[in-house]
Amino acid sequence: MKIHEYQAKEIFAEGGIPVPMGRVATTSAEAVQIAEEIGRPVMVKAQVHVGGRGKAGGIQYAENLEAARVWAQKILGMDIKGLKVSKVLITEAADILTESYVGIIIDRATKAPVIMVSPAGGIDIEEVAAKTPEKIFKQAVDPTLGLRSYQARDLASKLYKDIKQVRKAADIIMKLYNVYWKIDASLVEINPLITTPQGEVIAIDAKINIDDNGLYRQKAVAAMRDLDSEDPAEVEAREGDLSFVKLTGNIGCIVNGAGLAMATMDLVKHYGGEPANFLDIGGSSNPQKVLTAMRIILRDPNVRAVLINIFGGITRCDDVANGIVMAYEELKPEVPLVVRLTGTNEDKARKILKAVDLKFGDTLDEVVKKAIKLAEIEYTV
Amino acid sequence: MSILVNKKTKVIVQGITGRDGSFHAEQMKKYGTDVVGGVTPGKGGTKVNGIPVFDSVAEAVLKTKANTSVIYVPPAFAVDAMYEAVDAGISLVVCITEGVPANEMLKAFYYIKSQGARLIGPNCPGIISPELSKVGILPGNICRKGPIGVVSRSGTLTYEAIWALTCANLGQTTCMGIGGDQIIGTNFIDALQMFEEDKATKAVVMIGEIGGTDEEEAAEFFRKKMTKPIVGFIAGRSAPPGKRMGHAGAIISGGTGTAKEKIEALNRVGIPVAASPNEIPGMVKEALDKAKTKAKKAPKKRTVGTKKAAKRKKVTARKTPKKSKAGKAGAKRRK
Repeated sequence: MKIHEYQAKEIFAEGGIPVPMGRVATTSAEAVQIAEEIGRPVMVKAQVHVGGRGKAGGIQYAENLEAARVWAQKILGMDIKGLKVSKVLITEAADILTESYVGIIIDRATKAPVIMVSPAGGIDIEEVAAKTPEKIFKQAVDPTLGLRSYQARDLASKLYKDIKQVRKAADIIMKLYNVYWKIDASLVEINPLITTPQGEVIAIDAKINIDDNGLYRQKAVAAMRDLDSEDPAEVEAREGDLSFVKLTGNIGCIVNGAGLAMATMDLVKHYGGEPANFLDIGGSSNPQKVLTAMRIILRDPNVRAVLINIFGGITRCDDVANGIVMAYEELKPEVPLVVRLTGTNEDKARKILKAVDLKFGDTLDEVVKKAIKLAEIEYTV
Repeated sequence: MSILVNKKTKVIVQGITGRDGSFHAEQMKKYGTDVVGGVTPGKGGTKVNGIPVFDSVAEAVLKTKANTSVIYVPPAFAVDAMYEAVDAGISLVVCITEGVPANEMLKAFYYIKSQGARLIGPNCPGIISPELSKVGILPGNICRKGPIGVVSRSGTLTYEAIWALTCANLGQTTCMGIGGDQIIGTNFIDALQMFEEDKATKAVVMIGEIGGTDEEEAAEFFRKKMTKPIVGFIAGRSAPPGKRMGHAGAIISGGTGTAKEKIEALNRVGIPVAASPNEIPGMVKEALDKAKTKAKKAPKKRTVGTKKAAKRKKVTARKTPKKSKAGKAGAKRRK
């Protein structure tokens, strides 16, 4: 799960990491009020779940209150990579002397949280990593021991020469690791960590992703989820315990298991079609899930055929079949359904599905081809 | 022959009184697995489908001589269940549970390793050696005994591949789902190493998916250490790029974990990759034929191969006592 910069900064501040003063605003009037409270030039920063906000014009410097108002007005409602901005963070503008990068991420290869720092922080950090990897310093942390202070000092000394700043940065790295661990993060990132002419070390940006598997015990963080900034269909899917990603094609897919769902989409593409979505109904086979899945998919006006591919293991085909019948009665789909149900209770499922008009197939390749063909036929209501 | 599970496998089911635990305990028993007990704290002394239930894994191990555990408990308790199994001397722990926090898994991974035990999963369908034993939730009826090893990061996609093999008369030595999580106990390389050493396995089917660099590392392992052919499959060719984790994700792995990169890495070392699960059996047959003709036509090469294999055996032999030393804390670990 992603959270916004302003929320990440709240968590940082709680963990003792120095961040600039600021608050979030949803109107330009609010933005002006916050800027007035700060009493200094401010930054107006779009709060959306996407990288490259700065490059898209979503981060602006406001010298005075009038500028703050104008920029807030401009940025609120702006479209950044398909996401509408509904919140801006108004934060004290800092005098920047140097920009560094500090990040912690779980690394599946070394099976450890890895801390990465670079003295060349800022918006081009990925380019730095690709072109001059020697400027990125990494430290894998033994998860059973935690981060040792000497490791934090070593990393900090890659960023600064001045011992006072090294100590400050080491302290920040230590605290960042504690935050990472405490909130079940999968990623925490400060880019940039700046120094000011006065010698201060401050995190002026903050990014946190939370491990979805940790949310059950991170109630406070889970409550930070911003439903407005997510695709409504994806929210509905999550609430119905489905994983769903919207795509641009015309063949709706309902599959059990993420791997098989991807493989099914791949085959649709392989045979010349375009999948409209990724949808995994998961391991259990509640008929209600199938109904929710159908509802979400049929709402997409691009969808010209729905392909249902179930390989029953824990999932029982008859349960899925009951869900399909329910969906038929409730939603009255106008597009053709192509179904392949194989595995546990497959025979029962076929009997149940006699009640509705469906195209069947035995193999994955067969149903994929059938769905593509049906989607191509000009379809009139 | 097979890897990890066979007729000597004695299984206890952690969470046997739960919905999934009780259902699959019965399914495993029906398949012929030696399910010797179950564990649910507070339910000791009762029975589920004729299987005795114990209060703790330690008690179950003491009374049943179990050597393997399968975990069906909810995510909040799954890691503790792993620790309990390992501390009780279990040598193979299979965790089916989905949704275990990754940071908890990091700690568990190193502990289990230090105790000389093996973990499969979490978030996996388990492992089956057809006609011998099944530990987990894989449907037994789609498997047949034969010479192919199957290892996969996925669940239902694995069933699809196994079913395709079975329909083409290509039976399996062992099929294993290693799990889809970031931090898992057994990875592709571990599985490939075991299949390489298993005499009955003649070829391996490896099913990967987008994300991480496990497939790339497996390709490197194949190039350096394997004599048996692999046929690959990678799910997620059509997945949209851009679902990534900030800058750090791109920086850490050096790659982006796309299907294209993975397929290229596999092809580069001579592993063919199927576009559809249905193509897998044909490619396996081709790989087996190639291996046969290679063996017939170039006996010299084969000698080299055997030498190599012998050398490798030495290395493993050297490693083995080291391993048991590391596992001294669990000296009573049952194998």
